[in-house]
Amino acid sequence: MNVNRFEHPAVVRVCHWAFALAVLVLIGSALEVFAAFPSFGEKLPQSDLFVPPSIVRVGGWLGGALQWHFTFAWLLTAAMVIYVAYQIVTGHGGQVLFTMRDVRGVWPMARHYFLSGPKPEVTGTYNPLQKLAYSVALFLIVVSLVTGFALYKPVQLSWLVDALGGFRLTRIWHFAAMCGLLAFIPGHLVMVALHGWRNFVGMWTGGSCLK
Amino acid sequence: MPVPPSPRPTRRELLKMLPVAGAAVLLHPDWRSHLVAHGLALSDAISELTFNPRVSAPAYADHEVTPFDRFPLNSYLVHDPEIDLDEWRLEVSGRVARPGEYSLRDLSQLPRVRQNTRHICIEGWDVVGSFGGVRLADVLRLVGADPYARVLEISCADDYYDSLDMATAWHWQSLLCDEMYGRPLTREHGAPLRLVLPTKLGYKQPKSIVGFRVSDVLGPKRGYWVDQGYSWYGGL
Repeated sequence: MNVNRFEHPAVVRVCHWAFALAVLVLIGSALEVFAAFPSFGEKLPQSDLFVPPSIVRVGGWLGGALQWHFTFAWLLTAAMVIYVAYQIVTGHGGQVLFTMRDVRGVWPMARHYFLSGPKPEVTGTYNPLQKLAYSVALFLIVVSLVTGFALYKPVQLSWLVDALGGFRLTRIWHFAAMCGLLAFIPGHLVMVALHGWRNFVGMWTGGSCLK
Repeated sequence: MPVPPSPRPTRRELLKMLPVAGAAVLLHPDWRSHLVAHGLALSDAISELTFNPRVSAPAYADHEVTPFDRFPLNSYLVHDPEIDLDEWRLEVSGRVARPGEYSLRDLSQLPRVRQNTRHICIEGWDVVGSFGGVRLADVLRLVGADPYARVLEISCADDYYDSLDMATAWHWQSLLCDEMYGRPLTREHGAPLRLVLPTKLGYKQPKSIVGFRVSDVLGPKRGYWVDQGYSWYGGL
């Protein structure tokens, strides 16, 4: 296995920023789409859940929002395919994937971050708490892509829609994945801010490999 | 002897410009319009390529159908374009062996079908409707349509218009519909004829049809909503 000069290889960095941009645009356009029928119930009679404020909506109107949404959905799909393929082919997937062996490292890490506990030993590129957060975020992106394709092609992929519980429930799963990502993003940004400029720059330039 | 630095940018420096170029595309209104228009076109191209005509839309039992009074209406301009139903004819033209005017009686010779299928609106809501009529494929055969043509152009009494890829037109569940819930179409629901296409979104199913034109060319005017920026393919 070749030793990488960088903590974050170029493919990982490019995919990370592609994910970040795509997810932001997809959420903004999703909220504009949702505003066209802000309900998970019947059309007649219609009972709106909540209408997202226009400041967070991307696209201006349903037609515009869908253009943004489809464009960036394909970009996100391409980035995810490249990222997963890269992690599998290089064997580096284990660095980010949360497994049973990481479970017991989560609490010491959380205690260190939030309760002034001692700093646990560095065991890899990402610590167990990071692996948990990032694995969940990647999983949420995959769920939003799968449910998104099901919503996009509910006839061609009717088997998938059935497995997800029907068209209306698929729309709810898709929305729920978005809510999960909305929960992840502020936490991620706070942790990045707390851990210094050097770490943030590392996701642009690669950082240097820990020895 | 020391060599002066190369005046040409290195590969790394060029790569570092990519995010800046990307930001420029997103910030410039014309460039970002192009970006998302091309993204939509890519989406449509993939949709058309991956359309499998042998895949059927789910059909539903009578008790699963949404009650008629809860079947919504979305109209282009008016709910009722005030067609004179006695004088109405379907004007058929283009790449067909038998162009001309067709009456409801001409179409009534074709085998009738009834199906309960889901109607999905691009807004996000859906209902299950009960629809009856004749197969669009049978109509295409009746008029002698070129089966290898590109599109079926549809014109309507209220100036709504759309164009349909021929693969979908030939799909066995595509109906030229004259009946809903066992009764003739009301004016608001598109009397005398509308398209019911379970493999398409609602806006691809025009109502109050007055003309069909079979064409080899996907022209610049593709559909009322399509020309404003919605997907032309609009397929499920």
